[in-house]
Amino acid sequence: MNKRIIWGIRHPSLVIGLAIVLTMLFIAAFAPLITAYDPERMDMANRLAGPGPGHLLGTDNFGRDLWTRVAYGARISLLIGLTSVTVAAAIGTLVGLAAGYYRGWLDLVLMRIVDLFLGFPPIILALALIAALGPGAGNVTIALIAVFWTQYARIVRAVTLVESEREYVVAARAVGLGDVRILLRQILPNALGPVIVLATLGIGTAIIAESGLSFLGFGVQPPTPTWGWTLAYGMRFLRTDVWLSTVPGLCIMITVLGFNLFGDGLRDMLDPKAVSRRL
Amino acid sequence: MLHYTLRRTALLVPLLFGIVVVVFALMQIIPGDPAVVLLGQDATPEAVAALRTTLGLDRPLPVQLAFYVANLLQGDLGDSIFRGEPVIVAIGSRLMATVEVAVTALALAVAIGFALGVLAAVKRGSIVDTASMLCAQIGVSMPVFWLGILLMFWLAVQLNWLPAVGRGEPLLSAAGAALTGRWGVLVDSVRHLALPAMTLGVYSAAVVSRVVRASMLETLSQDYVRTARAKGVAPWRVVFAHGLRNALLPVVNIIGLRFGELLGGAVLTESIFGWPGLGQLAVTAISQRDIPLVQGIVLVFATMFAVVNLIVDLVNAALDPRVRLE
Repeated sequence: MNKRIIWGIRHPSLVIGLAIVLTMLFIAAFAPLITAYDPERMDMANRLAGPGPGHLLGTDNFGRDLWTRVAYGARISLLIGLTSVTVAAAIGTLVGLAAGYYRGWLDLVLMRIVDLFLGFPPIILALALIAALGPGAGNVTIALIAVFWTQYARIVRAVTLVESEREYVVAARAVGLGDVRILLRQILPNALGPVIVLATLGIGTAIIAESGLSFLGFGVQPPTPTWGWTLAYGMRFLRTDVWLSTVPGLCIMITVLGFNLFGDGLRDMLDPKAVSRRL
Repeated sequence: MLHYTLRRTALLVPLLFGIVVVVFALMQIIPGDPAVVLLGQDATPEAVAALRTTLGLDRPLPVQLAFYVANLLQGDLGDSIFRGEPVIVAIGSRLMATVEVAVTALALAVAIGFALGVLAAVKRGSIVDTASMLCAQIGVSMPVFWLGILLMFWLAVQLNWLPAVGRGEPLLSAAGAALTGRWGVLVDSVRHLALPAMTLGVYSAAVVSRVVRASMLETLSQDYVRTARAKGVAPWRVVFAHGLRNALLPVVNIIGLRFGELLGGAVLTESIFGWPGLGQLAVTAISQRDIPLVQGIVLVFATMFAVVNLIVDLVNAALDPRVRLE
């Protein structure tokens, strides 16, 4: 059998997850090309039309095309998910490297700050920040960064503590390499694997959190289509038109499932021990 | 154990102080003049000035913090801007509703999670294992508010088995009523509780089942388990007495961590099912930007989370002597 096919069968999570993630990225990137309508265009003659040929997934009570709205909604969810996780991972990595490498009072102070952030239930912290800052895409991203950066700081610190004791780091220091060079070129590569796995799984969590905030009305404000708000709005028609809330929810679930499978697959691939532990 | 308990409990004090400082800072990070933001653009200058004085915003920052802490210690969380009642009263009247749904959800999660996890581990590689782990993967990926809506549609709208929204009598007083023969009150209370608790519990059940399975597999592959099997110990005894008991530690840990997620999920669940708890109050407070009320609710949630984590650490130490010696 073809080597690639065998590899794919051995890593089903990775392959299925990646396929879902790429599909969702494609839908988000090419939303204007793969939909026939404007997401905010109202068409009262066709309001609450069920799924059919003209409207693939039907329309809402303003006659807005649901397929168009969830395709554009993918842009918001993926953009906020990817941005918040990338920035959180970057901040957390820098903090973790500094704390683990310099130790002493810097480590103590940074880790107490991490503990403090972890002292809040995640969504509650995000909600509190949004209450103070106000709703909107930027503030939701800030709130999610505040929730997520700590896990990266912890894991990178743990790796740095171990690696900075190893001979190759001691040797690098002995030949006079600068701290920044040692941290970025010698230690960081060892932490990248866990950070990438955590970030992939984190994007799914971030998308759930973002759509939860939008669901409550604290995310990107209408009429911009978001998955969370489209779902919350569809709830008003639960008795008559159940697909209005089913479709956006399904989009969130499939996307999150994709990132989760992809992240699990990456972890198994990067850490073969984890596979034997799981099996 | 006593030493560990005291040391671990003492650690709660700096954490709670840090939490208070962060909660206090919420008022400070409001962009612009908080008094104007809280009252809205149409407020009269007099009203704004009055609120600024009430909130103490005209004083220097350290003095404000000192007053905030001093008031807190006397149980004064300030007044809600829009409800015309002290924050502590607004919270007090809703706290138990949230505790009721969160604790029931956690109990459901532990029961279902353990059952699925043990089953999957014992029948490793079988169709039962694959199916239950597939359920877990879907459970983890499903947004709690969507699950809530699906359950509501199925069990309340279509089948008409359960009420879609609202709360019956508080569970404890309903249980009291049942003791006096009024069983209908208890049944009604449980029927109202069922949907929110199921919704909130599924995600945690999925996570617990995955951890139980992984932890059980690791324990069941240990030498002492093989020895026990070789000695002819009954299979169920190997699984429960040797496997499950030692697999408990990571599970207890994850339950503590999950509790934070559970409180966050409670906000969403309560607003779907019109459950009159702290979460629903939080959503109203945030949309009105009633910051003193938001501060109070966040403080209560964070304190609950801190206390649950303290209990989890103590249970861990009781289960595993190695934890105490760290």
